[in-house]
Amino acid sequence: MNPSGFVQVKDRLEGWNRPPVIEPDGEGELLEVAMGPHHPSTHGVFRMDVALDGERVIRLKPVFGYLHRNHEKIAESVSYLASMPYTDRLDYMCSLTNNWAYALAVEKLTGQEVPERAEYLRVILGELTRVQNHASSIGFLIQEMGASGTPLMYAFREREKILDLFEALTGSRMMCNYMRFGGCRVDASVAWLDATRKVVAGLPGFVDEMDRLLSSNEILMARCQGVGILRPELAINAGVTGPMLRAAGVNYDVRKVDGYGIYNRFNFRVPLGDHSDVYDRFMIRMLEMRESIGIVAAALKEIPAGPVMDPKAKIRGFRPKPGEAYGRIEAPKGELGFYLISDGGPNPYRYRVRPPSLINLTILEDMCLGQNVADVVLIFGSVDIVLGEVDR
Amino acid sequence: MKTVEEIKAAIEAAVPGAGVEIVRNPSPSGQHSLRLKPSHAAAVARFLRDDAELAFDYLSNVTGVDWPDKEVAEKAKVTRTVTKTVDGVEQPVEETVEETRKRIEPGCLEVVYHLFSVALKHGPLTLRMRTVNRTEQVGLPSLTPIWRSAEFQEREIFDLFGIVFTGHPDLRRLLMWDEFKDHPMRRDYVEPDDFEYEPTAHDAVLARAQAHQATKGDGQ
Repeated sequence: MNPSGFVQVKDRLEGWNRPPVIEPDGEGELLEVAMGPHHPSTHGVFRMDVALDGERVIRLKPVFGYLHRNHEKIAESVSYLASMPYTDRLDYMCSLTNNWAYALAVEKLTGQEVPERAEYLRVILGELTRVQNHASSIGFLIQEMGASGTPLMYAFREREKILDLFEALTGSRMMCNYMRFGGCRVDASVAWLDATRKVVAGLPGFVDEMDRLLSSNEILMARCQGVGILRPELAINAGVTGPMLRAAGVNYDVRKVDGYGIYNRFNFRVPLGDHSDVYDRFMIRMLEMRESIGIVAAALKEIPAGPVMDPKAKIRGFRPKPGEAYGRIEAPKGELGFYLISDGGPNPYRYRVRPPSLINLTILEDMCLGQNVADVVLIFGSVDIVLGEVDR
Repeated sequence: MKTVEEIKAAIEAAVPGAGVEIVRNPSPSGQHSLRLKPSHAAAVARFLRDDAELAFDYLSNVTGVDWPDKEVAEKAKVTRTVTKTVDGVEQPVEETVEETRKRIEPGCLEVVYHLFSVALKHGPLTLRMRTVNRTEQVGLPSLTPIWRSAEFQEREIFDLFGIVFTGHPDLRRLLMWDEFKDHPMRRDYVEPDDFEYEPTAHDAVLARAQAHQATKGDGQ
């Protein structure tokens, strides 16, 4: 049986990076299910066309585009600065890291320098973004497992404290639009830094609480361990990045590899997984939160006084010299990159977002084949995507 | 990491006839790129991935660029003989004039790959390939069999730019719906007035009515 809409493919992929072929057991018929686009576990509008043999997944095809608005085309028709607020809407959980990646790419294109204090502010905000993203993604994962409410609300309580800080500094909880080419938009006050210190002092307690609540929970372990396994060599080949890659035991963190900004001044560890299953991805996020809290605490201690923006830097209406640049950062979901080509005009000639959420889904089918349909929801949750970035 | 010149030399030693060109990038980023011949792209890509010293095992970013036909104005000096009246006598005089000539530089579609190495932690290396033109010959070899991460990204380029990747295992539109005709990221793309237009039964009735009116007008 060949259900309509499925194309028998993959024959021409090199053997080892091709998804396994799962044969139906021959009893009964295959059931085609469209999971989504309004399935509550899909974090937005996303569809998986699944073929099931009983409970087992035989085929899975992701379908994208429900939230597509051609962000790249819009960005090519406006000036460089004008697409900064629009980058907030890519991964709307982590607008500050999106701002950072875009600012970094433009700074590479123009060769602008960033003042010391702005670099520290970027690190503080970027790592706080990582903490709140990982906390809520763990909360959603547990929610999808059926533990309705409690862990998610714990995570959201803490996330709200961090969003309050963002609002105090940038004027918006989620659509921050804070970074600029060559610095940051406004300076942080002493009161804001004190408030941040207070919140950061409370965060380790929150992570401990989540740890005690979840990490050794019997049901969570039974549901997550050994589910959705991804081989490390396939993960690298398929361009998987972020916590997903590190859960597969591959030591690759753009903060360490590129040392962009001032990351090489901070002492932090890169947690790595052993089994590359859903449980490891959950644990990696837990451990990364601890490392991020450490980085923020160190940055708050060392942050120097000074300008947050080079006074001579031209933000509006500048025309970079013809050329191109690819800049990338370690966003909470993986490697977020921006590729820009300038033809000397006020608008980018080509503007491209390398979306970690989309590329991490390349191996969704490989991880789900042969698993139970209830586990598809879990495996999908462990990838941690935001549809605003997948569809752009 | 090796420089682009060294990588070019290594490629040419390993893949005979690869014909790799260096494309200079004048911006401060200093990310120069290598332009591959489509016919040798797969062999070069496999070499870049498997060579122990380069080990570009991670293809990060794949994207398309549209370069439409461009009108280039060139200034050229032309010497020709003109008849002029000098001292009341008409005589031929050689005269050099600067003339602007316009010609049309044919456009193409380009695909750009950004490679990194997870094993050796270096990168990026930028690869580019160009199609012959923008209309009929828009085929390029797919690198998905070598790097799986190109699978969705090449589908996206096929969707938005209209580059056809030969050897891609599952080349369908990614973001636009299957029935969509155009390629929105091309620079000459014009938005339709009504995205949701669908021919309905009503249209058939209208068309028949129009045909009826037309025949009536002929005086039959």
